[in-house]
Amino acid sequence: MSLVPDDLFYTKTHEWVKIEDNTALCGITDFAQKELSDIVYVDITEMGKELNQGERFGTIEAVKTVSDLYLPVSGEIIQVNDLIKNDPGIINQEPYGRGWIIKIRIKNKEELKNLLKAEDYKKHIGEV
Amino acid sequence: MRTPFYDFHCQWQGKMIDFFGFEMPLYYQGIIPEHLAVRNSCGLFDVSHMGRVEIRGKDAINFVDFVTTNAVKELKPYQAQYSVFCYESGGIVDDLVVYNLEDHFLLVVNASNREKDINWLKKNLSGEVEIIDRTFEIAQLALQGPKAEEILGKITNSSLSEIKFYWAKRVKVAEVECLVSRTGYTGEDGFELYFSKDEAPKIWPALFNAGKEFNLVPCGLGARNTLRLEMRYCLYGNDITAETDPLSAGLGFVVKLNKGDFIGKPALEGIKKGGLKRKLVGFEVAGERVAREHFKILNEKREEIGFVTSGSFSPSLKKPIGLGYVAIEYSEIGTPLFFLSPRGEELKGVVVKTPFYKMGSLKRG
Repeated sequence: MSLVPDDLFYTKTHEWVKIEDNTALCGITDFAQKELSDIVYVDITEMGKELNQGERFGTIEAVKTVSDLYLPVSGEIIQVNDLIKNDPGIINQEPYGRGWIIKIRIKNKEELKNLLKAEDYKKHIGEV
Repeated sequence: MRTPFYDFHCQWQGKMIDFFGFEMPLYYQGIIPEHLAVRNSCGLFDVSHMGRVEIRGKDAINFVDFVTTNAVKELKPYQAQYSVFCYESGGIVDDLVVYNLEDHFLLVVNASNREKDINWLKKNLSGEVEIIDRTFEIAQLALQGPKAEEILGKITNSSLSEIKFYWAKRVKVAEVECLVSRTGYTGEDGFELYFSKDEAPKIWPALFNAGKEFNLVPCGLGARNTLRLEMRYCLYGNDITAETDPLSAGLGFVVKLNKGDFIGKPALEGIKKGGLKRKLVGFEVAGERVAREHFKILNEKREEIGFVTSGSFSPSLKKPIGLGYVAIEYSEIGTPLFFLSPRGEELKGVVVKTPFYKMGSLKRG
């Protein structure tokens, strides 16, 4: 079973969001990291740009496959986790902790209602 | 379908995936650690999903020789050989390992092709020959890595050093009758074990007990793929298919045009005479991105000259590597290549000498 913490929001594309006032931390879920297997590189192409909810902001390269990253809420990417630049495998080990990927300045908190809560995400990945 | 080791895969928390109808582990702890365990110590693969087909009867040797491209008649008892089945066109039906087991031949084929292969064998049947699918009676494990002989040696009373590369022997492993061959598809020293599926619950724990001091780990399909790719071993469905021939794939060493007649011989002679139009080459990619299967390969003028058939991050070399077909004039080592992803991203790379990984214990031994 995958770990799905209750205090986070989720996208159908397997990103998680943790709200901190007007910013949010974003990473990929435990389910996603298991599906991808060993992550070897994370490429954030849209650093510093303002993007809309659901827009692609980067790519995750794993041994087995490659996957796109989608912005869970509209806003600007204001920080990329330095830890994962040097050791992207941290995302596999701690997807919700040290393996967070970006920090976003949120544009519109109303959009959070478009995201999934833990229970709904569990249903989405078929683990209820 | 499940192999006799399914319960062990679950017990070891394998990430199970569907692999051509088989529920197989993609990885347990991770592809990279499993890959490195095989390079540095030892890993165990369940390869029971592969097809095991016996060929028996008075005309078995002529039949196997006729349907494969390698020289079956040169095989001594208990010797094995890598080979391919070809269509009349020279296209590849499958790649396989042929064992001469004295009174019969054992053909080990890809799981994805087992039914196709058996139908194709039946279609080409001639003489007094019996084709028996043993896939679901016999289990198969691959113990791979520089420590393989030490580990297996602890639970057998037979000398394993007598088994040379691509030879086999009947030995007892943990009191179980096994056919043990010094074969594998990783570039490391190692063995493949064939035994009755009923003995599976005995063999798996015995190997892990023996391998404990060497940190023997179970390995999934993920590591199997990266290991074979680092050695430039071909994967059916990707690097070799019905649309490719063994000569262009760099498998000329298993095509014996000077032996008697075999299926595909005239076509392969024609390809050789006419000169290769394209070739499967190894490449490295600059940067971190991987040029994956189906990426187009371009030349410096950005003209399409081929396509990628296998691409992955190499855990041993820590960079992206791959295989692809290119027009023959672009196959020289050092030729710059460009890769175009389906989304239009461009990566840069170069044709390199293979195998990518040159330090395998197979070479040291």
